[in-house]
Parts: sequence; C-alpha cells; structure tokens
Amino acid sequence: MNFTIIIALIASAFRLATPLIFASLGGTFSERSGVVNIALEGIMLMGAFFSVLITYLYGSAWLGVGGAILVGIVTSLLLAFMAIHLLANQVVVGVAINVLAASITAYFLEMVWKRSGQTTSLPKELSLTGNPQSLAFLEKIPILGDLFSRFTPFVYLAFVAVGVSYYVLFKTPFGLRVRAVGEHPRAADTLGINVYKTRYICVMISGALAGLAGATLSLGTISLFREGMSVGKGFIALAAMIFGKWHPVGAMFACLFFGFTEALQIQAQTIGIKLAPEFLQMLPYVATIFALAGVVGKATGPASSGIPYEKGEK
Amino acid sequence: MSNVVEMKNITKIFPGVIANDDIDFNLKKGEIHVLLGENGAGKTTLMNILYGLYRPTSGSIFINGEKTIIKDPNTAIEKGIGMVHQHFMLVQTFTVAENIVLGREPQKGLSIDMEVANAKVREISEKFGLKVNPEAKVMDLSVGIQQRVEILKALYRGAEILILDEPTAVLTPQEIEELGVIMKNLVAEGKSIILITHKLKEVMSISDRVTVIRRGKFIDTISTQDTDTDHLAELMVGRKVNLTVDKQTKEFTGNKVLEIKDLHVLDNRFLEAVKGISFNVNEGEIFALAGVDGNGQSQLIEAITGLRKIKSGMVFINGEDVTKYSSRKIIEQGVGHIPEDRQKRGLVLDHDLAENMILGYHYKEPFTKKLMMNYSEIHKHAKRLIKEFDVRTPSENVTAHSLSGGNQQKAIVAREFHKDLKVLIAAQPTRGLDVGSIEFVHKKIVEARNNGTAVLLVSLELDEVLALADRIGVIYDGRIVGSLDAKDADEKKLGIMMAGGTINKVEGGEDI
Repeated sequence: MNFTIIIALIASAFRLATPLIFASLGGTFSERSGVVNIALEGIMLMGAFFSVLITYLYGSAWLGVGGAILVGIVTSLLLAFMAIHLLANQVVVGVAINVLAASITAYFLEMVWKRSGQTTSLPKELSLTGNPQSLAFLEKIPILGDLFSRFTPFVYLAFVAVGVSYYVLFKTPFGLRVRAVGEHPRAADTLGINVYKTRYICVMISGALAGLAGATLSLGTISLFREGMSVGKGFIALAAMIFGKWHPVGAMFACLFFGFTEALQIQAQTIGIKLAPEFLQMLPYVATIFALAGVVGKATGPASSGIPYEKGEK
Repeated sequence: MSNVVEMKNITKIFPGVIANDDIDFNLKKGEIHVLLGENGAGKTTLMNILYGLYRPTSGSIFINGEKTIIKDPNTAIEKGIGMVHQHFMLVQTFTVAENIVLGREPQKGLSIDMEVANAKVREISEKFGLKVNPEAKVMDLSVGIQQRVEILKALYRGAEILILDEPTAVLTPQEIEELGVIMKNLVAEGKSIILITHKLKEVMSISDRVTVIRRGKFIDTISTQDTDTDHLAELMVGRKVNLTVDKQTKEFTGNKVLEIKDLHVLDNRFLEAVKGISFNVNEGEIFALAGVDGNGQSQLIEAITGLRKIKSGMVFINGEDVTKYSSRKIIEQGVGHIPEDRQKRGLVLDHDLAENMILGYHYKEPFTKKLMMNYSEIHKHAKRLIKEFDVRTPSENVTAHSLSGGNQQKAIVAREFHKDLKVLIAAQPTRGLDVGSIEFVHKKIVEARNNGTAVLLVSLELDEVLALADRIGVIYDGRIVGSLDAKDADEKKLGIMMAGGTINKVEGGEDI
C-alpha cells in the first residue's frame, strides 16, 4: 500500500463523512430540543434533488445549495407542524416524510428531465466536486496538499458547521435554552421560555442542515441526482449522533469513523483487503449497536426527546 | 401592614369542574401565610393563577395595591412573584447555576458568562443562608438541596413573594426543620411567603396566618395563634376529624406470621442495601419500621414481595419458606401490598379504575372465565369497592391517572383489602394524603390488625409510626439498629436511632 492510496483513502473518508456530518448536526439540534428527526433521510433526498434542479434551471451551483437549504427548511416545517402543533408521533411523521420525499423527487425528475432513474450530469463549470479556487493555495502544502486537492467546499463547510454548532449549543443562552427544552420542557416553560418556538427553530435548523447534506450528496459528489441516492445516509447520521452522544464534536468523530469504513469498503480491492465488502458495510451499524449497549459509556439522549409538549398538561 | 398580594373573587372553571369558586386571598408583607386544603381543594390552581400558569375565569389580582393582569409566568416574575413547584422544575443534567440562570443568562458577547453566573448564585445563596455548590450537577443532589436550588431560582429573579407548593412532601424530618429556618431567614429579609400544604403540624409551627379552602371554596382566613390543629382539620375537611388513631391494646397470640431471617439484598447498583435484617411480625400485630428514606426500606419490601432478588437469607409466611417464590405465589399466600410508589407499582395509570381494582387476582374466577375477562363482574366488583371505600371518582370507567393522589391510594387499599389478608405490607400508605384520607387508611389498617392480619408498616412519618405500631424497629443503613415496644417509644428516642445514633439499652426494648 503506497502513500497515494493512503491519501486517497483519507480524502475519500472526509468526503463521505461530510454529508453525514451535516445531517447528524441537524439531528443533534432537533433532538436536543426534544424532537426526534427520522425525516433526515427524506430531507436529504429533497435537498439533493432540488439543489440539482435549481442549479440546472438558474445556472448557479451556489444558488442550488441555497435552494437545498430552503427546501430542507420547508420540508422540516411539515415535521415541526405535525410533531409540535398537532402532537403527532414524531417517528411516524418522520417515516411518512421519508416516503413522501422519495415520491416527490421521483415525480419531479420525470416532469423536468422526462426520464427516470437519474438526471443528466450538470456541466463541469457548475460542479462543486473539486477544491474551491479560493483555497487552491492549500494544495501547495507539501504532502497534505494532495489531500486538500481532493476536498470539496462542503468538506470545509462541514467542519465550520461543527464548530458553530458546538458554540451555539453549549456556550450561548440560546443553546442552554434548547437543551433545557429537550430535557425538561415544563421547567423551561415556567421560566418563560417558549417551548414551541424553540422547538420550531431547532427543527428548522435541522432541516437546513439536512438539506445541505443533500446538496453535498448530489452537487458535491457526482453533479447529478439519482433516485433514492441518500440510501440510508440519514439513518447513519442519526446513528452517528447517538454514537457521538448528542454532541456536535462527538457526532463529527462518529461520522468520520463511518466515512472511513465506507471509504475502506470502496477501496478495499485496491488496497488488497480480503474482507467481504458486506462486512465493512455492516461496521457503522454494529458500532452503533455497541454504542447504544453502553460499550463506550452510556449514551443517554435528551430526556424529553420524542415526547410532544402540551402546555396545560397537569 | 400592607397587602402585597390581593386576589379578589377568583373563579377558575375547567371543562366540567369549578376548581376555584369565588376565592379571596391576601398576603401581607413579611408574613408566612399557609394555604390549607385537602388534595384537589384547588390550592395549587389558585397559586398557578397567581403565577400566570392559568388565567382566572373571573376575578382580579392586585400586586402591591395595583391591579395586575398576570398573563404568563414572565409577568409574574416581573412583578416579583416566584414559585417553587411541588414537582421540581429542574433540568437534571444541568449544573445548579445553569438551572438558576436559565432564561436570564448573564452574557459576555454572545456567550453565557458562567463565571458571573456562578458568582451570582454564590452571592444569593450566602445572603439567604441557602448553601449550595453552583457547579454541582443537579442529578447528584439530594432532594432537600434540589429544593434550595428551586428557591434560589426564584430569588435570582428578584422574587419578593415566594409560593412554595407542598415543599415538605418529599423531605426528611431534618430537612423540614432546615426549610423552616430558611423560611424564617427569608421573611427576616423582607420576603413574603405563601406555603401550600395539608400538613397541620407545619401550619402551627411555622405560619402567621392560614387561609383554608375546601372543594374550591374559600372557608376562612385566621391567625395561626388563634387556632389549633383540630379546628383546622375540621375547617379543611368540613367535619370533625379524629386525628388520633383509635386502637385498643390487645393480647397477641404470638403466632409468627411473617418471619425474616438474616436477609441480604442488593440495590440497582449491586451494592448491598439490606445488610442482614431479621424480624418477625405476629398475628394481629402492627410492626412498624421507622427510618429516614433510602436506608434499605424499599429494597427490603421489594425482596419480601418477590419483586427483587434476595441475595441470602430467608422469608417465611406462616412457616412456609417463600424466599424463592414469584410475586404471584407470594400474593397467593395471602399477602397484600400497598406499595411505596403508587403510580409506579400500585396502578396501571392508563387503565381504567375497574381494571386496576382487580390487579393481583385478575386471573381468578369470577373475573376471568377460561380465556376471557368477565367485564360485567369486574365492573360490579369495582362499583362495590368504590362505594365501600369511598373512592371519589365520576365512575369506574375513568383511567387511574385522572384520580387525585388520595383517591388513587384508596383504590389500592380497597383492592388489597378485598383479599383474605394474612400479611399486609404497607409502605408509606399515607404519603401525600390529606387528613381525611389519612384517617380512613389508618382506620382500615387497624381494622386489618384487629382481624388478625400481621401488618408490616414502613413509614418515614414518625407520627404515623407512633400512632399505629404495636412494636417499632428502626432501620438505618440496611440494618435494624433497635426495636422497642410502641408504648416505650417517643419521637426523641426514635429520632436518635433514625439518625444512626445508638441507644444502649432502650428501656423496655431489646438490645440488638
């Protein structure tokens, strides 16, 4: 195994981890406020499709990214309304959104491109799959330069998002309130904190991040949209969130680990690993099961996650 | 002195219920004013209105003489009102300081300034003599300290008027005393306190004035010095209440019904909670275990009733070794159990009352016929028990959840007493109940004893132990540190033993 392969492996791990990081940060915001967001998967798919569509229609990839975020927020509002206002079961609503997203994207794909399966590739000048021009200087760094040349703008953005999320959740008054609402909404309410508003904001942040994760999958990887291209990544992101104990930095490390196992699986043959790819595919899930079983310390989520809050309740 | 709070003609109607019916209440500056009433009388509703959690249907509120509409807790906080809820409103995973500043965080730029927060908490806690460590996690604190955090929360928000909702319900006798001192300190600093309670002894020892409400209606406001517990009990319940338990002394046959031999039991963390306990309960006798909460009582009861595995030792019922029996087989030996936590162990809260009233013998005729439940019998049974035990409920079809605590307890008592009882294990049978219900439960327990049942009573309330027991054992740190005849016991002796002190040779009692 030579050096180039190692660099390729690491770069690939980072790129594969990127959408997971966005989505798991989204999940963290949502669950910290007390709303389980199973819909990450569906929201990612929406983001993936609409980022390609908007880029295709308006000729700007960054406009596409913005569109993905917006669509993510709109989709998450459906979850927020059902779960927070109508006190619906959050898991059921989430699953419904996932099914809805799969159908809507498939439908619009047929409508716009008059074909099924996948869209046409976007032209090269509209792709975001390479290291951004403004950061080209990083490529001149010896040894690591090669690594940076394989990064996409999304990779950098993901790490910025981790830092910002950590700061917001654990250092600001808003974050303290979010965590209070997720742990003991009634206590927060008696102190004059608006539980509903806080949860709405967090679910919307979650939607924005999951939409961005979707754009990473399509625009940031293969410059086209393929039906069902999120293939369970939303759920892996949730697993990473749990693995990382509902903490942005913990979730990031979990995502990097999951990204690495996926990269390993893709490159297994090149490297010469004789393990069955199915075995490597299994790793993230096995790791999560161990995490939940308390192998790396107990993973306890926010106490009121998943429980709708009723104001007048006795 | 001037009134800091005046509530005039307050009425609050919930769908189907009038919780408060034209109530007047006023609070003077610097006084401790008790709001007294039975469970479900409307005390908490009235205070929730004052704190802005509910809006009154009609009536008006004046704060410092000024007419005020309190539309939410924020308004109440602005007006200097703070409330300590019966069920603590604390985020378990947060530190003390985080809980206190939540919603009003000191800031440095965009961040919370935790140093300032900690310093502020320290400052207030010293000023009012409420010692806490601002950096401790709430989940690591005892209930008494958590309550201090709640009080500090209100003080941090500049509360001048403090509402304490049943603050002593969860406290040990020592903690109750400490709370009394804290309240006196607060009043000395110019705060005014409203204390919600149904415990008459506290009213007498701590308050300046009392307002009694009964079934949502205002009864009277009186100066504490002009009244006594009997009078208050009568005002509260609406009839004469017998506060002392009527219990004849009697000869015991000496038949050992329940025998515990050198019992060792582990707790959930696999530490030994019961460290070698032995005792007997005789036919027709009430044996009471007194002790501060958390000294192994819960584990002991769970072990005897088959809910927890026994590490070593033996349990006999009427000479039969039941140590390894399942709970069902133990029940079939004639064991009734009034569990410590009625909502967790005593009832299935989401099931209706009728179903709850057959638990434990639900699989027997006539409630079960072959594979089917016999609902007409179940309902008949429930109706009979509801009448006999005076369970206040609209019908047997409502969920157990919708009943007040006192009535939930009555339902459990009714169910357990319906059995042919050889042994009754009653853990905290009157926790959180009002005087009327306490009187009732006590009467039933004594009745069972007179009929020959062996009663094991576990209670944190010394008054209850002294009123009911024939013999008393004191449990401390998983052991019985002393046992004495009820007629030789008094609060002082028991108190010393409960705190872990040893009395060599208590008169009339045996040395262990």
